Amino acid sequence: MTEINYLFLIPLLPLLGFLFNGLIGRNTSNKLVSLVGCLAPVASFAVALIGFQQLVGISTPSARILHQELYEWIGSGIFNIKFSLILDPLSVVMALIITGIGSLIHLYSTGYMHEDKSYARYFAYLNLFLFFMLVLVLADNLLLLFVGWEGVGLCSYLLIGFWFDDLDKAGAGRKAFIVNRIGDLGFFIGMALLFWLFKTLNFGEIRNAIAQNPAMIGAGTATAIGILLFIGAAGKSSQIPLYVWLPDAMAGPTPVSALIHAATMVTAGVYMVARMNCIYALSPVATGLVAFIGALTVFYAATISLAQNDIKKVLAYSTISQLGYMFVAVGVGAYAAGIFHLMTHAFFKALLFLGAGAVIHALAGEQDIRRMGGLREKLPVTYWTFFIGVMAIVGCPFLSGFFSKDEIIWYAYAGPHGHWLLWLLAVASAVLTMFYMMRLWFVAFTGEYRGSVDSGEPGANHLHPPSGWMKFALIILAAGSVLSGYVGIPHMWKSLAGVLGLQNLLGHNHFEKFLQPVFGTPLLSGRASMGAVPGAFVPTGLNNWSSMIITLNLLVVGLVMAWAIYFRRPEGDETFQKSLPGLWRLLQDKYRIDEVYGLIFVKPLIATGKFLDQRIDMGITAVTDFFGYCSYLFGRGFRSIQDGHMQTYIMAMTLGLIIFVLLMAII
Amino acid sequence: MPYEIPTIHVILLGATLFTIGMIGVLVRRNMLVILMGIELMLNGANVVFVGYARLLGDMGGHIWALSIMAVAACEIAIGLAVLVTLYRDRRTLDIDDWQLLKEKQVPKEPEFPG
Repeated sequence: MTEINYLFLIPLLPLLGFLFNGLIGRNTSNKLVSLVGCLAPVASFAVALIGFQQLVGISTPSARILHQELYEWIGSGIFNIKFSLILDPLSVVMALIITGIGSLIHLYSTGYMHEDKSYARYFAYLNLFLFFMLVLVLADNLLLLFVGWEGVGLCSYLLIGFWFDDLDKAGAGRKAFIVNRIGDLGFFIGMALLFWLFKTLNFGEIRNAIAQNPAMIGAGTATAIGILLFIGAAGKSSQIPLYVWLPDAMAGPTPVSALIHAATMVTAGVYMVARMNCIYALSPVATGLVAFIGALTVFYAATISLAQNDIKKVLAYSTISQLGYMFVAVGVGAYAAGIFHLMTHAFFKALLFLGAGAVIHALAGEQDIRRMGGLREKLPVTYWTFFIGVMAIVGCPFLSGFFSKDEIIWYAYAGPHGHWLLWLLAVASAVLTMFYMMRLWFVAFTGEYRGSVDSGEPGANHLHPPSGWMKFALIILAAGSVLSGYVGIPHMWKSLAGVLGLQNLLGHNHFEKFLQPVFGTPLLSGRASMGAVPGAFVPTGLNNWSSMIITLNLLVVGLVMAWAIYFRRPEGDETFQKSLPGLWRLLQDKYRIDEVYGLIFVKPLIATGKFLDQRIDMGITAVTDFFGYCSYLFGRGFRSIQDGHMQTYIMAMTLGLIIFVLLMAII
Repeated sequence: MPYEIPTIHVILLGATLFTIGMIGVLVRRNMLVILMGIELMLNGANVVFVGYARLLGDMGGHIWALSIMAVAACEIAIGLAVLVTLYRDRRTLDIDDWQLLKEKQVPKEPEFPG
């Protein structure tokens, strides 16, 4: 562990940006607001890069931890919490994603939001979000992580309800906040249990305690902690059953959806589960639950995505689905694969959302894919970058999503806690992903233009081309979507590397090796002959190559089906609608889960509230009102003697004196 | 031996003065007359102080009488100044016309709950 002194700058710079934009941004020009708002994350990214460079400069991987203690936050008996930050391989990956993609989205926002009247407030919230998110990933103990966790929840709420004069949007923000609180309760109880057991919340200390004496925490306790923490993660990362807030969160501005509800905040749950891998390693039940819920969510969200017509809703369900993949990975024990997919997903999903934002911006707020189409001539940059994003997310070979998703699918079967059922769900969902993304692509981007906004002369109703910074962000993210997979090419490619003469590039999985100090021995996904590391597991049965080939074949089937139904046929939904009308309606209504939750939870809660208000509370008020009325009556009795005639007062005084004297005389 | 006034006479005189003053304070409307009544009451008290001081041979009573006179002088100086100001303001010294501290309107009664 190396002590350094510049780590605090990473979260501090966005905080300064927030203070500037929040306090005086309103009274300055939009140019200054954009300058400060964008400079903060860019500078923070630069500091993170310096940290990364110093980190890889340390030759022993296990010593790759940079640490800075700022001050003792809570010191109370045995409960000592320090405000200290760490930069280890896991948090540096997260910090680079957050500040890097965050910077691009800030730059994009300068174009997207330029007409908004609350420009400074927008940048203030966005900077505040970055601050909390960086506190979350840089924290060296669970309580400080929780501060960031709640902080990003707050910013998410503020930004979903950014246009709060629309009551539906304000309600969406409230829904996100309340659903997250349910998850946070689980997280908090899990944290309390951890403290009760270990008398510390520091990650390193918990890890060492378990490493020294794995028997100190029983399987049952580990399961309880694991499940409770996962409830928190399910709330934040929108897994079943707490996923309902994320689709509604699309009410916020589109860059916010890209940053918070796709690339960074929603992955916090995955990060947290990966961070607590030492606990999950002790409980097969908890990890099994994480993987199972993840796999269920992948499939479930992908099916809903098939029938959505709002471009942002399709992407929202797709995000839930991709987050499910990450949970499958961390659930089966392939933590590095989960974080790898987190990173590649951050690139291509941010790209897809920003591309969707560019389309929405260009078409003056149109979000329905049925009224788009023919965007190739109108928005060429958006068209091609979005295409790259689609290719990356569906797992087109040699793009980033291919490597990360294929690794997860393989581990779903062959990981330490893998199961063929998980594999099946993961593969089926990959095919569904191919189908719904191609549907989105064919309907929204190709064919004839069907929109109402005309592309002719300028005016309120004309096509807005994306600004320079918007194009810049799209192009950089597209490059990232193509290239980011090459940092972690799975080991299986090693056998091919020799043939192609690319030993240094293929098959080394630098990413997994880099993360090894955090996650322990890498899982060698190669053939048994390559599993030379003692203790590494050796999968049997399905081979990783055959897994990939099966998946790719099925993906081609999905692509051909989507092509047949939707290519040059924006009305392709009718095919589905006619053949399976019931299922179609069910999917379009998102399985009516919101209505079910409304019936089971919301309505009884409102009824209870009404009962307590009108029966219990009013009854209590009546009792206190009675006493209030008594004191009024008492006071009214004395009012008549305060009549304002001074001589009455003197008379009362005199009579009192006389009575007093008489009493004295008698006694 | 010169004629000695019995103490009871002195006490009765003081009581009489005090009562006359008090009745004046209680029944008269004019503030000036009320102020005069207060002076009579103070002097009635003074007479009683002096009477008892003579009876008991204690100089304390005399001293009290003198201090009461001093206080009464101060009081009447301020009181008269207040009266002049009041008179200038409203051209009346009727005590019933000066009720500024009384609450103007009786507040609405709250309803009985339930």
